[in-house]
Amino acid sequence: MSFSLLILTGVLFAAGSYLLMERSLTRIALGVGVLGNGVNVLIVAAGSSPAEAPIIGRVGELTDPLPQALVLTAIVIGFALLSFVLALAWRNWTITENDEVEDDVEDRLITRRDSSSAKSTDERHREDVSP
Amino acid sequence: MTTLLSLVVLLPLIGAATALVFRPRPVQRTLSFVTLGTSLVAATSVLVDAWSNDAMHVVRMGGWPGSFAITFVADRLASVMVVIALTVTLLVLVYSVGQKSAGERSAFYHPVYMVMSAGISQAFLAGDLFNLFVAFEILLMASYVLLTLEGSDAQIRAGTTYVVLNVIESMVLVTAVGLIFAATGTVSMAELPARLAALPDGTRIGLQLLLLVAFGIKAAVFPLFFWLPDSYPTAPSSVSAVFAGLLTKVGVYCLIRTQTLLFPGELNDLIVVVGALTMALGVLGAISHTDMKRILSFHIVSQIGYMVFGLGIGGTAAIAATIFYLIHHIPVKTSLFLVEGIIERDSGSSSFDAVSGLARRSPAFAAMFLVPALSLAGLPPLSGFLAKFAIVRAGVDSEQWVAVAVALAVSLLTLVSMTKIWVGAFWGDVEPAASVGVGILRRHALMSMATALVVVLSLAIAVGAGPLYDFANKAAEQILDVAGYVTAVKS
Amino acid sequence: MTSPEHPKDVSNSGGARNPSDIVRSAIFDELVDRWLSKVAVLVAIYVTFRGHNAPGGGFAGGLIVGGVFVLQYLTGREPHVRFRTILHPTRLLGFGLLLALGTTVTPLFVGATPLESHIWKLDVPLIGEVKIVSSMFFDLGVFFVVVAVVLMILLSLGTRQSTVFGDEDIA
Repeated sequence: MSFSLLILTGVLFAAGSYLLMERSLTRIALGVGVLGNGVNVLIVAAGSSPAEAPIIGRVGELTDPLPQALVLTAIVIGFALLSFVLALAWRNWTITENDEVEDDVEDRLITRRDSSSAKSTDERHREDVSP
Repeated sequence: MTTLLSLVVLLPLIGAATALVFRPRPVQRTLSFVTLGTSLVAATSVLVDAWSNDAMHVVRMGGWPGSFAITFVADRLASVMVVIALTVTLLVLVYSVGQKSAGERSAFYHPVYMVMSAGISQAFLAGDLFNLFVAFEILLMASYVLLTLEGSDAQIRAGTTYVVLNVIESMVLVTAVGLIFAATGTVSMAELPARLAALPDGTRIGLQLLLLVAFGIKAAVFPLFFWLPDSYPTAPSSVSAVFAGLLTKVGVYCLIRTQTLLFPGELNDLIVVVGALTMALGVLGAISHTDMKRILSFHIVSQIGYMVFGLGIGGTAAIAATIFYLIHHIPVKTSLFLVEGIIERDSGSSSFDAVSGLARRSPAFAAMFLVPALSLAGLPPLSGFLAKFAIVRAGVDSEQWVAVAVALAVSLLTLVSMTKIWVGAFWGDVEPAASVGVGILRRHALMSMATALVVVLSLAIAVGAGPLYDFANKAAEQILDVAGYVTAVKS
Repeated sequence: MTSPEHPKDVSNSGGARNPSDIVRSAIFDELVDRWLSKVAVLVAIYVTFRGHNAPGGGFAGGLIVGGVFVLQYLTGREPHVRFRTILHPTRLLGFGLLLALGTTVTPLFVGATPLESHIWKLDVPLIGEVKIVSSMFFDLGVFFVVVAVVLMILLSLGTRQSTVFGDEDIA
């Protein structure tokens, strides 16, 4: 397994996971893409050793075709997923004119119910947003 | 039989493609019913064969040998799950046509619904891990679309949580599959048991944990359940009914496969602890809410806990109990969501503060809620009692006292929160001004009929509990017999 | 809502339909429309059909054609793409899926397993022996699906107003 590919996998996983934790849907979409690529690199790095392409007629040591088939499938799935998240972000933007994922209303209700001394959720939300 | 088995998965996909080409709604509806119905017939004949003969059917796509092919395997457990899943999807389809939600009127509802059904069947039948991953993606992708089809504010918000969590789940799953392939050189479930057993302990446990996390997110077990009560309630009732009844069960089914076939009996203590915590936290969440859909969603979590607990105990009796629980829980949970959907459609709210006195207005409708609710809480003589009893007995036999105590307490708390819905929505004074509940069955005839059929299905499980339990026992013996699976699939 | 059913319907789209109404860069447009598109489509066809025995196939070919549509989107925005869309993308998607799935199930009728492929060898005058592989139809299906998906992304996400596919049936 190639060391540089491993490092690349790690970096892509870290960046992807970080982006997924953002509130902005565009960043989530980017995170989906980056994380997906990290996984693809991992499968290629872990599954196959560099050799001749496994096609009928080639001679010599052939590489294992299965990881590549898996990665191709994973790429297609990632493509579909990414376009869905983009559509989601787009729809969110047309409705709310911003890019943020909002809090859950029911959760806010429950928080408000049991914290009489606490501030209203609106205030709390504002605090979340402002730095 | 090979043809029938592949048609179970392929027919709904073909139906979906045709429905995209011919899009008038009557055509789409007919296509949905015909394809799902035909798949059900095909699946039933596979099941009948699995029940009567000791047959395990294997389809290898493309005629490739052994571990190269995309494999479908129908053993007893898989075929019974496919039949139950298709029955429920078909009944919910009837309901959703009656529901007239904005979602159902979209030209994409029926194609996507069929794709989801194909994905669910494929997940149950998958004979290799990568095929399983693809099946998960198919059903997830369809579920993303169904969840956000109306495109409202709340749906987008909940959809984001759901999508992000499931993306993480998919990534963990595909990473696990990739690493398993790297470690063993195969993804075929028939070859994996031997090769995994040959791995060093550390590697094997690492791989198992990755798979458990992936399936755990899907099955919504502690501590990975928080996305479920957040996202399910925003979907139209028909959709959340299918999600509640089937999608989480796919996760549980995969957990069963992992624990019996790939990593037999390993990390069982961890699974018992996770099961107990899932039961307890789920039911506590349910008690704190006043929205019916939220309560029911939290109950999914707590019920999953029972199945995970049963799986963790291990042994034929406990696995059989888990399988029985799995089968019983699908119609029960689905029907509760369907009943809630009728109330929501009639009153415009899913909070039980908004309705009262439904029992006096329509006793038959109240019965449709009461039967599955009591079954969920585990009151005799309903199927829930038998399922819980079997799990608790297996727990007592293996002396898991703490988890058994939790299971009993949770059952009581389930009853409490079901009583909360009952008292809130069904008892109480009839408000003379509001017309909510008058002739509720007649006004929503199609929805009520579908719901009634699901309730009847759950009653049938209680009535036929004897033979069904025998069947669950046989299925448990079959899936615990790893060597039998390997020879049947390889040959 | 615009109705994607009638691609040439100007009345309720809010945007220009005729390419001549659209402000765009002349050089880029010339380059893309007159040369690049045609060459790219040829390459796409080549890539799709060589897919059986060499790297390539329906997915890659479909993405290349999708890329052409993206370039056209860059030259003239969404109406420009719509102007060139003859078949409704949803239909195209269904058609592609049907083709691929049809190839999957056809072997069942001759007693083989799904997805099993068959090779026909034909003698065509002048060209010589031509091999036709049944999995080629699967690849063509994939090709159409990918093109349709790219079109749907462009037409629904690339506009100011929302073109929600599937809404056309809402009464």
